[in-house]
Amino acid sequence: MRMSEFSRIFRAILIPLLALFAALLTGAVVMLLSGEDPLAAYSGLFQGAFGDGKAWSRTVRKMVPFILTGLSVAVAFKVGLFNIGASGQFVMGTILAVSVGINFPGLPMFLHLPLALMAGVVGGMIWGAIPGILKVYTGAHEVIVTIMLNYVAALFGGWTVYAGGTQGQTPGPLWDRTAGPISETPDVLASAQIPWLFGPPYRVHYGVFIALAMAVFIWWLIFKTPLGFEIRTVGQNMRAAHYAGIRVNFTLILTIALAGGLAGLAGAIETLGLNHKFAPEFGGAVGFDGITVALLGQTHPFGVILASFLFGALDGGAAKMQFESGVPADIIQIIQALVLAFVAAPLIIRTIFRLRHHPQEDMVSSLSTSWGGP
Amino acid sequence: MPSSRLWKTSSISAIALALALMAMAILVNLTPLQDLTWLRVLFGISALNFTLRAAVPLILGALSGILCERSGIINIGIEGMMLASAFAGFVAKTSTNHWPLGASLCFSVAVAMAIGGLMGAIHALFSIRFRMDQIISGTVIIILAAGISSYLYNRDAIAEGKFSSIPLPGLAGIPVIGPVLFDNPPLTYLALLLVVVVHIGLFYTRWGLRTRAVGEHPRAADTVGINVNRYRYVNTSLGGMMAGLAGAFLVLEAVGQFQEGMTAGRGFISLAAMIFGNWNPFGALGAAILFGYTQALQNELLLAGVTQVPRQFISMLPYIVTMIAVSGFVGRVRPPAAEGKIYETESST
Repeated sequence: MRMSEFSRIFRAILIPLLALFAALLTGAVVMLLSGEDPLAAYSGLFQGAFGDGKAWSRTVRKMVPFILTGLSVAVAFKVGLFNIGASGQFVMGTILAVSVGINFPGLPMFLHLPLALMAGVVGGMIWGAIPGILKVYTGAHEVIVTIMLNYVAALFGGWTVYAGGTQGQTPGPLWDRTAGPISETPDVLASAQIPWLFGPPYRVHYGVFIALAMAVFIWWLIFKTPLGFEIRTVGQNMRAAHYAGIRVNFTLILTIALAGGLAGLAGAIETLGLNHKFAPEFGGAVGFDGITVALLGQTHPFGVILASFLFGALDGGAAKMQFESGVPADIIQIIQALVLAFVAAPLIIRTIFRLRHHPQEDMVSSLSTSWGGP
Repeated sequence: MPSSRLWKTSSISAIALALALMAMAILVNLTPLQDLTWLRVLFGISALNFTLRAAVPLILGALSGILCERSGIINIGIEGMMLASAFAGFVAKTSTNHWPLGASLCFSVAVAMAIGGLMGAIHALFSIRFRMDQIISGTVIIILAAGISSYLYNRDAIAEGKFSSIPLPGLAGIPVIGPVLFDNPPLTYLALLLVVVVHIGLFYTRWGLRTRAVGEHPRAADTVGINVNRYRYVNTSLGGMMAGLAGAFLVLEAVGQFQEGMTAGRGFISLAAMIFGNWNPFGALGAAILFGYTQALQNELLLAGVTQVPRQFISMLPYIVTMIAVSGFVGRVRPPAAEGKIYETESST
């Protein structure tokens, strides 16, 4: 029993590890081809991710949005939906969390901070529920709807902090009147800020524990509760779930709203713990990162934590790598795309490393449904 | 194929709306209606010119989607294919700046299309040979294209010159229609021509019949001796070339330079145009013009100094229209039946 459990976990981790290795190797080839020094780059990357206390603080801090957006995508996968909308949900969560955070002066922290975090969750949930509702009642494919909602959220966010224009355009409702022509919100009040663990210069904050707790919560929800069983059943076979008496439509909408809530929480934590304000450029690429993290983690909540640690390190070390070796930090994005490719197609990895085939490794082989007609 | 299936409601409504737009433009520009400012803003020549310019990449992107999906491969990577080939076209243009302008531009278009075709072939390889989920494979293409183009982008490089308008003799003199339709740069004409070519190809040739068979019922197609996966490879690569042409349009005709992330969601909107147009070239053309018009509207309202509505809300229009379109509120759409599914021959399983 013990042994088979161990070999199961080993198999689950083997493909992602080999995928990461293959991606780093391919990244090195890309660097060589473009005349850069991969050894210097990777040593700079390692220094930047784990070199000293500040590097560790950065790596751990960067894990937070990866864990939560990764969980968001993973939860949606469990019910058979593909959530490309994490970045829009992230932005909506940020906007609502900031709206609460800059208002209500005098509120004690034990009320203000949870309220702001909850607002973030609600913002993300609303943005997540829309594609769910459209999917269930009109058949609109969630991929297109979530992508469109990303753009709408970004524009909406831009409007809320808009500084006004020269032709007399009204400024947005959250714009900081003392910021002059800069489009951003004021800082959230101290009572809504997530405290830092150690204080400056280490910017790692207690949000890390919220993210880890959410991973445990999602693991419990998916694998230990009746609702989780329903979610997994709908994800595996919608028709069978229907005949088994599961409310399929309700489960679909609830799950993608939950996924949105997780991404919204990511936005709230990033703002309340780190940036302390919202500006239009926040939240750009978190959606695609969430997809890669979720798949690298084999859509398992604990796998998502491990994958987030790797991505936190890649992201945290990128600046140092560029500084030390002159290799543009964009190489990290290429490596991440390659990781996604190798993880999503275990067949490539098995071909390269000549592994035997295990059927249970093909977890994402039947994800895409058609665009949905009548 | 019976005409009732060919012209489903959504593609008819798309075309009808596009025609209505044109009719309004003729009325507004040639009758006393032109004294009304807001009508001039909504239907002026400049609004229509802008519409067509905004629609061309969407038309090409939608054709890319149609070619792939009619053969059964979902392609959400159009965005990435456009971006990668826009970048390739830019690199080709900057390294041939010393050539005569025409030769350099044509060479760059060819390079962009080749890179687009290559990306399409990679997508097909991932989805067919390595059985990757087609939506994830498309996502890989998108992230990879964004990463590679930023990694290799040299901010000091400048492309000199871009395609300029060629008025068609005779036709360009027609009032309203002339300046809008017959006084355009070459890739715009090419895009409109390709709509006709793809339509004829899909519905009136042996290749088209076989492509549709492969996308609808691969087992039946295989039974009568059609090589299913070969058709999918070829069509996905052709689709990639269309997306490549869209990228070339952005860099070599519309903007003249490359900017990071310059596709700005056009690949995704083209997908919506394809769905809105019911996987039909003319339907997609109508939808693309409509989406282009929402972008033009945003531009014209800004120029006319409309400040009551925040500009961010006007910019949301194309995305909201797209959501309404894919939600099927304008009529039911029907995707190819075998889309997104891996096909395995009897012998390989």
